[in-house]
Amino acid sequence: MENSQNSLLTLENLDKHFDISGGLLDQLAFEGLRLTRKRTIVRAVNGVSLDILPGETLSVVGESGCGKSTLARTIMGLYAPENGAVYYRGARIDRLTARQMLPFRRKMQMIFQDPYASLNPRKTVKAILREPVRFHNRTLTNGQVLERVEAVMEQVGVDPKWADRHPHEFSGGQRQRISIARALMVDPEFIVADEPVSALDVSIQAQILNLMMQAQAERGLTYLFITHDLSVVQHISTRVAVMYLGHLCEVAPAADLFASPFHPYTQALLSAIPKLGARTSNHVKLKGEVPTPIDLPDGCIFHPRCIYAKAVCRKMVPKFREIEPGRRAACFFAGKVGISWLPAQGGLKNL
Amino acid sequence: MSHLLEVKNLNVKFALRFGELTAIDGVSFTLDKGEKLGLVGESGAGKSVTGFAIINLISKPGYIADGQVLFDGQQLTTLDEDALRRIRGDRISMIFQDPMMTLNPVLTVGAQMIETLKAHQRLTNRQAREIALETLQKVRIPSPEKRLNQYPHEFSGGMRQRIVIAIALITNPALIIADEPTTALDVTIQAEIMDLLQALCASEKMGLILITHDLGVVSQVTEKIAVMYAGKIVESGPTVDIITTPRHPYTQGLINALPGSRQPGETLSQIPGMMPTLTDIPPGCAFHPRCNFKTLVCEMEVPLLMSRFDRARSVACHIKDN
Repeated sequence: MENSQNSLLTLENLDKHFDISGGLLDQLAFEGLRLTRKRTIVRAVNGVSLDILPGETLSVVGESGCGKSTLARTIMGLYAPENGAVYYRGARIDRLTARQMLPFRRKMQMIFQDPYASLNPRKTVKAILREPVRFHNRTLTNGQVLERVEAVMEQVGVDPKWADRHPHEFSGGQRQRISIARALMVDPEFIVADEPVSALDVSIQAQILNLMMQAQAERGLTYLFITHDLSVVQHISTRVAVMYLGHLCEVAPAADLFASPFHPYTQALLSAIPKLGARTSNHVKLKGEVPTPIDLPDGCIFHPRCIYAKAVCRKMVPKFREIEPGRRAACFFAGKVGISWLPAQGGLKNL
Repeated sequence: MSHLLEVKNLNVKFALRFGELTAIDGVSFTLDKGEKLGLVGESGAGKSVTGFAIINLISKPGYIADGQVLFDGQQLTTLDEDALRRIRGDRISMIFQDPMMTLNPVLTVGAQMIETLKAHQRLTNRQAREIALETLQKVRIPSPEKRLNQYPHEFSGGMRQRIVIAIALITNPALIIADEPTTALDVTIQAEIMDLLQALCASEKMGLILITHDLGVVSQVTEKIAVMYAGKIVESGPTVDIITTPRHPYTQGLINALPGSRQPGETLSQIPGMMPTLTDIPPGCAFHPRCNFKTLVCEMEVPLLMSRFDRARSVACHIKDN
């Protein structure tokens, strides 16, 4: 990996599989005349290697079911990976006990998609925000904790005088501010935001994105931003990682990726973004449907849907290799196919 | 020339214990054959209620308090249930956001399509099946003979939404009301479904009302836009004009709040505050507490939706030169 020495987080060949075969009786079946046992395994994340650099916003994009949320949860230690390793500032964190993990939990926080589901409805905002601080700094006095609660509420734009209210008394946008405040309470270095603005209206979405960018500038945060909204990605990301069926297709600096995507899947994804004011829709049409992560295709996982697929794509798995400095893609023909259709993109607002 | 659909001064109210709420307040618009209209706005603006009100599907405690819905010259708001039932799903079809909720999970797709057909036309099962097959081909579902006998759970999200569209199309409706038809789908699928709807509108001369919060989708598909805020249309006109030169401060705010309207990394322009709930709509212009250009008159008088700049465009705002 190019930057593993100074990266904040390093993922090495990460695999996360889920066994969904059920009980023993569900697994048994007759094949011919013999009783066989068959397991069904969802391969949600496969061989993902990635560096996250301090202070950057790395966005992971992909369609539903591509494993982006699973990847985030595996990084956070909520799932144990089958293979591979996660390093935080050089220290391996994927095989730690809950107690050993504690100091890292303080540094890594998470913001979820649905601010209705992620805040405890029976607690006041004050109690919600106090809990993580109390848990991680047992020496602080009540006064100090309260001071911190008020300071962070102020920062995220929720009036501290509402600290005694419950989550249901706030709007969706306000609740998302409170979730962000909760993540900021312990002064983290790294925040995983899993679709933090997808449930919000456009005008509220802009408010929350501004808040997140502002918090990053003030505190030097590193974000792993999970989303399917590509216009949001283009706006906030330093680098972008594109996922398809649990594999990384392409990783590149955001500006480069949006200007000239290398992988055919990235090209199709970008061309499908509805652009304001563009009358014609000349998006790349993919063949067929997303296969299930249970039976992954042989060869390049994207070949059944790729319009450029050649014989080699069906037989061999393309390496996730460097195409240009800082840009990697998993395609035999990366950068050599399908560039011509792409219009010069100066932002999505092509008026 | 008479319009396919003419909505005049539509008012929808909800009678609740503590009083009445006005969900839709004086909404008017027209739609011609083959025309595509986008109803845009944030959640709670009244877009979906408008869609339901057109086919008189407002259930208690809601009711249509005032106004007319003229469909092909027929007044729908006063029609009895029997007559309405013959129009709904036949001449006017509706497509909803979540295809898993609209399809019956215990009936095959074919049974649901044939059911719709036979509810409106006198056909034998064999004839109905033929038409169902044709419609599945029309929405480009591969191997329709096999698919007809499958259940909704055997389809992917995008395929399910195609089935829903096929059921909506099967009676050759003159008007389709699509309420957030692609919001639950991925962008690549969304692009396909939108292509499909557009092609069908062109070939079958259907009118389309596309209800969505996504300005990008609307700008690619529709010819006209009506922007709604707190139950009222605040701006309407040709899509291209509204996207390029929005006149109402709310429309301007919405377009400027899109991440694509700024250079990457810059602070996005945001509309302060949030949409008022129906229980406390502010007096005067409902948008004035969030508006950067408000004057005294905005706090007192409700601005009327008036034709401005040119005949096709209307704006409901007191500020004259926005």
